[in-house]
Amino acid sequence: MSKKKHVTLNVNGKTEEFLAEPRELLIYTLRERLNITGPHIGCETSHCGACTVTIDGKSVKSCTMFAVQAEGAEITTIEGIGGPDNLHPLQEAFKEHHGLQCGYCTPGMITRATKLLEEIPNPTEAEIRFGMAGNLCRCTGYQNIVKSIQAAAAQMSAAKEAAE
Amino acid sequence: MKDEITREERVDNLKGMGCSRKRVEDARFTQGKGNYVDDIKLDGMLFGDFVRSPYAHARVKSINKDTALKVPGVLAVLTADDLRPLGLHWMPTLAGDKQMVLADGKVLFQGQEVAFVVAEDRYAAADGIEAVEVEYEELPVLVNPFEALKSDVVLREDLVAEDGSIPAGAHGPRKHHNHIFTWEAGDKDPTEEVIANAEVVAEESMYYHRTHPCPLETCGCVASMDKVNGKLTLWGTFQAPHAIRTVVSLISGIEEHNIRVVSPDIGGGFGNKVGAYPGYVCSVVASIVTGKPVKWIEDRMDNLMTTAFARDYHMTGKISATKEGKITGLQCHVTADHGGFDACADPTKFPAGFMNICTGSYDIPTAFLEVDGVYTNKAPGGVSYRCSFRVTEAVYFIERMIEVLAIKLNMDAAELRRINFIKKEQFPYKAALGWEYDSGDYHTAWDKALKTVDYDGLRAEQAQRVKDFKAGKTRKLMGIGLSFFTEIVGAGPVKNCDILGLGMFDSCEIRIHPTGSAIARLGTISQGQGHATTFAQILASEIGLPADSITIEEGDTDTAPYGLGTYGSRSTPVAGAATAMAGRKIRAKAQMIAAYLLEVHDNDVEFDVDRFAVKGAPEKFKTMKEIAFAAYNQAIPGLEPGLEAVSYYDPPNMTYPFGAYVCVMDIDVDTGVPEIRRFYALDDCGTRINPMIIEGQVHGGLTEALAVALGQEIAYDDMGNVKTGTLMDFFLPTAWEVPNYETDFTVTPSPHHPIGAKGVGESPHVGGVPCFSNAVQDAFRPFGNTHTNMPHDHWRIWRTANELGLHD
Repeated sequence: MSKKKHVTLNVNGKTEEFLAEPRELLIYTLRERLNITGPHIGCETSHCGACTVTIDGKSVKSCTMFAVQAEGAEITTIEGIGGPDNLHPLQEAFKEHHGLQCGYCTPGMITRATKLLEEIPNPTEAEIRFGMAGNLCRCTGYQNIVKSIQAAAAQMSAAKEAAE
Repeated sequence: MKDEITREERVDNLKGMGCSRKRVEDARFTQGKGNYVDDIKLDGMLFGDFVRSPYAHARVKSINKDTALKVPGVLAVLTADDLRPLGLHWMPTLAGDKQMVLADGKVLFQGQEVAFVVAEDRYAAADGIEAVEVEYEELPVLVNPFEALKSDVVLREDLVAEDGSIPAGAHGPRKHHNHIFTWEAGDKDPTEEVIANAEVVAEESMYYHRTHPCPLETCGCVASMDKVNGKLTLWGTFQAPHAIRTVVSLISGIEEHNIRVVSPDIGGGFGNKVGAYPGYVCSVVASIVTGKPVKWIEDRMDNLMTTAFARDYHMTGKISATKEGKITGLQCHVTADHGGFDACADPTKFPAGFMNICTGSYDIPTAFLEVDGVYTNKAPGGVSYRCSFRVTEAVYFIERMIEVLAIKLNMDAAELRRINFIKKEQFPYKAALGWEYDSGDYHTAWDKALKTVDYDGLRAEQAQRVKDFKAGKTRKLMGIGLSFFTEIVGAGPVKNCDILGLGMFDSCEIRIHPTGSAIARLGTISQGQGHATTFAQILASEIGLPADSITIEEGDTDTAPYGLGTYGSRSTPVAGAATAMAGRKIRAKAQMIAAYLLEVHDNDVEFDVDRFAVKGAPEKFKTMKEIAFAAYNQAIPGLEPGLEAVSYYDPPNMTYPFGAYVCVMDIDVDTGVPEIRRFYALDDCGTRINPMIIEGQVHGGLTEALAVALGQEIAYDDMGNVKTGTLMDFFLPTAWEVPNYETDFTVTPSPHHPIGAKGVGESPHVGGVPCFSNAVQDAFRPFGNTHTNMPHDHWRIWRTANELGLHD
């Protein structure tokens, strides 16, 4: 153990300040310290993506980042993406197109997909499959995840066009 | 009352069987509000974790926990010596063996649990683990079951008598100190005679490698002993919560009514979460010792190295036929590597599961199967990874033997299958190894599959490709993978299926509320299959209340009726049947209430979608909603108030889903990379409850099949070190590696199931593995390949090409 460090994070729009050991992993901070349990732990080696969150505009696997490394960062988890009164189109599309089964990968999957659609608003199937390859799912075989993301992309594009 | 909507609209409003109802589970999962075991937090909760053995076989000379106990945040360190006075240092396995909870003088596999450190949080537990000093003395390691059967090295001294003799095990006599059982099915002498005198015999040895279910969520639990009320609550990743409650009661001595087992949301199971693991026992003991709730969650390495491997079957077969290709006999011998303890999760009377379904979909008059279970220095387990008990092994075996026989006969493998299928009129069909197949229509399914993919066209294209390859025009070969499988699921009839003496029935309890909504509780537990959605659909069709008005609840043993849980595709065949039967009891009472309200005789009303109407006068009716209210507000002569029912369903037979799969693959012989061009899957799971969910199950099962066939394995080196202990080495396919699948179906309802359903979750895995494997092997058939073992990763495919001289 070593001396605790002061950490300030902005998580889902809320400022969080605390003292943490330098070895405290960000996923632990989120889940144990802040009770944000949407991001999950699946592998602890950056392979599965169940812990994916958005940090300063980038998709990050929070199981292999220390909380102190995120000092000052803006973090968005699934909880910050949409709730009962303001569902994100991806959340609706995953339900509509059966893009999930056990639900364990889903928060990370949707969190990653929000960034993918910012990076590429109208992705091809290959772009989706490549762009989502950092998130593993054991249940769906990905086919309906791809379909869900395509549907959300179409809906978001249409909404954007209508707004313009 | 005027009927304002059409009958069709009334049917649609129910969202009953046959419609692709959207899942009710998804709202919480898509919003990050699932409640998995690691999400549970209780006041003062502690965290437990294991000191694990770095050695595969060693004596444990001493364990010193003094330093660990001084680590800040560490409260206790448990060893076998601490558990011994409670009789909990060993625990019974599901296979009639026993297993060390914590190392009792020795360890038998790498990663075995040696001590349990209880601390205030995970970091303190990890610090404590580092500080526990264990002195080991290495022993010779046996990782090969054939060598284990010849070796003088005794793995299980506890199973050798003082005079050196080998006492019988749970499944009969043992031939050697590292031998567990011999299990036989069928007729040995007649089979040998048929094969000896056959016109054609094909032989092959194949190894179905060890792998792992690897759900994205690992195993874990939270144990909380309330010493004031004497009640133990155990939350955990349990595929069979009631069985866990009974096991905990039997080994702890706590009365069963004082134990509440809860399976919260489960992040995938695939067989991994059927067994009872040392972590559960240690958490319970630690909670009793400390008086506080204790959580234990595996990390991914713990999961892959220690809980619930699958497969590891060395299979040797002989198949005989006439010159025309009519199969006359089949013989199979299996050397089954069970690891250090026999912890296979099978019904008691089936130590090799339903391996005796290995005659497959074919009318084979004579057959014999023999399985030898063997101890080695590998992790225990032997679970059914996305299949009914050992059915993946059986189907892989027969679907490879068919291919090998086709090569021997120089015959098309699709045609060889066709001429040997059990015919539609032969059902119910009694197979040579004992099972009675309930129903099937294999020829129709096969013809539909081959026609859809233009099988003849594919073969013509393949022949051209071989010519082009030989002419140096391409470096890619084309493989056509075929498989036709019959599953055996829905364990099972109490007369022959039990686990630890508990009959494998299942159950459903329904309560209709006064205003016409309902709750139904079942003995099963969803791990992603969508039970809350589909069981409500079954009920909606049975009782005429909308699925949206029916809550399905599972997994809490204090409220759910006793059941044996979810694995082996048993939920729909067994609990689904119980649900329908309980629904029919509700309907029977509703009929009497309706008749009373309509002032006619019971037999003068009939059920119609969502109501009972007077026969011949459909304008006179009472809806189920009205009937529900009447059950609570009217005194009806001869009837108790209320509207509830419970059903415990003991299935008369297994169900036998089947399917026809075709995979088209291009293989680069220089890189060994297979590219799946097309995958067609036709499944017949009988009556279809929710087509959307069926399709999702098929996609998922096929992807797990792709993983197993093309790269996923638990590999050991000669020292018993696990070489594939993280997701860096253990292959889980990404979206990038997985193709789009074409799904199709036929419907052959089960004749004995109340709604004709057969189960589907595991079929695609069972049928998919041989299909992917056959595609790889078929690509090399024109160059002399008969059989190569899975997993067909890039290196092994390259090596096959190299050995066949394709790089020369």
